[in-house]
Amino acid sequence: MSGLTPTRLTRASVAIVGAAESELGQCAPGTTPVDLMAQATRRALDDCGLNLADIDGVFTNASQLRMPTLSLCEYLGLKPRYQDGTGIGGSSFMTHVQHAMLAIEHGLCSVALVAYGSTQRSVSRAAASPREWNPYESPYKPFMPATAYALAASRHMHQYGTTRENLAAVAVAARQWALMNPVAWEKEPLTIEQVLAARMVSYPLTVRDCCLVTDGGGAIILTSAERARSLKQKPAYVLGVGECLSHASISNMPDLTITGAAQSGAIAYAMAGVGPQEVQTAQVYDAFTINTILFLEDLGFCPKGEGGRFVSEGWIAPGGGLPVNTSGGGLSYCHPGMYGLLVLIEAARQVRGDAGQRQVANCDVALAHGNGGVLSSQVTVLLGSGATI
Amino acid sequence: MDDLRTSSPNATYTAHCAEGELAYQVDTSTGTAVFFPRVIAPATGAPLEWRVSKGLGTVHATTVVHTKGEPPHTVALIDLDEGFRMMSRVEGIDPMAVRIGMRVRVRMHPGEPPYPVFDPEPGQ
Repeated sequence: MSGLTPTRLTRASVAIVGAAESELGQCAPGTTPVDLMAQATRRALDDCGLNLADIDGVFTNASQLRMPTLSLCEYLGLKPRYQDGTGIGGSSFMTHVQHAMLAIEHGLCSVALVAYGSTQRSVSRAAASPREWNPYESPYKPFMPATAYALAASRHMHQYGTTRENLAAVAVAARQWALMNPVAWEKEPLTIEQVLAARMVSYPLTVRDCCLVTDGGGAIILTSAERARSLKQKPAYVLGVGECLSHASISNMPDLTITGAAQSGAIAYAMAGVGPQEVQTAQVYDAFTINTILFLEDLGFCPKGEGGRFVSEGWIAPGGGLPVNTSGGGLSYCHPGMYGLLVLIEAARQVRGDAGQRQVANCDVALAHGNGGVLSSQVTVLLGSGATI
Repeated sequence: MDDLRTSSPNATYTAHCAEGELAYQVDTSTGTAVFFPRVIAPATGAPLEWRVSKGLGTVHATTVVHTKGEPPHTVALIDLDEGFRMMSRVEGIDPMAVRIGMRVRVRMHPGEPPYPVFDPEPGQ
């Protein structure tokens, strides 16, 4: 593939050793995004047995904070040796994993915290992530980001015969998984008919084709593979990472039916030395139902154009051949704005084997795929258990 | 290249709109059409030249946006015959009847500033 640059990072040089969510859903009045980051950080530290003083690398981004690493370091009383506030939307945290890996490999830090928090449900989505005025798009009143994803869906339906029922199957599978996750926002079953009959947002996407709007956050702790083996939890080794930035506005997406996941996935697979056939669970950023279909195709789980059939045949639902978004996903578990860190947390839990009722059997390789903007930034992380190294 | 103290890509574009013209740019090194307007060409960094589109295009992608208290409206991506793509609206037709592949023609929507929208070509 053109533009595919081999990575110089070392497979499994670092691991996710601690992972935790903050409270999710609806927070008390006055709760700040950094409160949620700090709560998740405390829980992630407890998860791995490290202390705040051990953290010497800080990675964060949040739409509600102009200088997020400053805010978080002040709150936690940290003066890190290395910090990174890269912001490319919901996939930022997958890139933070890549940058943390780079920093740890080169001795710039030894224990990296990646954190996120949002109160978008409490303060409103418009207040939490105000959109930039684009003189070539805003006059047409797109309802962003849903309209961008709807445009991509319209092309997929036109080119490949994908149907609204196929899209709905993604939402129904996510809900089935969510019913096995005690902290998921949605608690009731969902049918294809309910998705189709729900309030239309931007055709063909109804409100049930769109992610939730919740408060929430999370944190993960990474350190060297060597140190990881002495800590409390089984390490989730970072086997591969790949990234692709393809556009910022949907008008400039090179091909509405092919995302940068095709490139980010290829880079991550090459680094990890595994292919999609070795992946036992895929956690892919499902901001909208079309995302899951596009990413399953672009990450090699089914041929281009067959994602609709794949999901309608039940492959991704509980009992299917490829468990996808086992937390319930952004569609049914939680979606605090930039959801990518929660995607990583679920993937880490699956390879550690502590995902409770929704645990995928013998899960040694999990894929976590992040999406940012309007299909704009795509970042893939492959995590592996001790059996993979 | 614009002297950005006195002129900008968007100001030039908007001035064309006020004259009823849909303007776009061409990369002088490759002849490739460029949209949205910029100060240098993407990928090559070459100078850009302004052109005026004939205003004929094809619907590439379409959606119907539902906003509380307002009638549903289209948002579409239009491929202009000169080889560039832009977001716009298709008017004068039931939003759900806008089809990918439909031929459309530009018209300036009055506004401050005016902006391009599209009507279906007759006979479709």
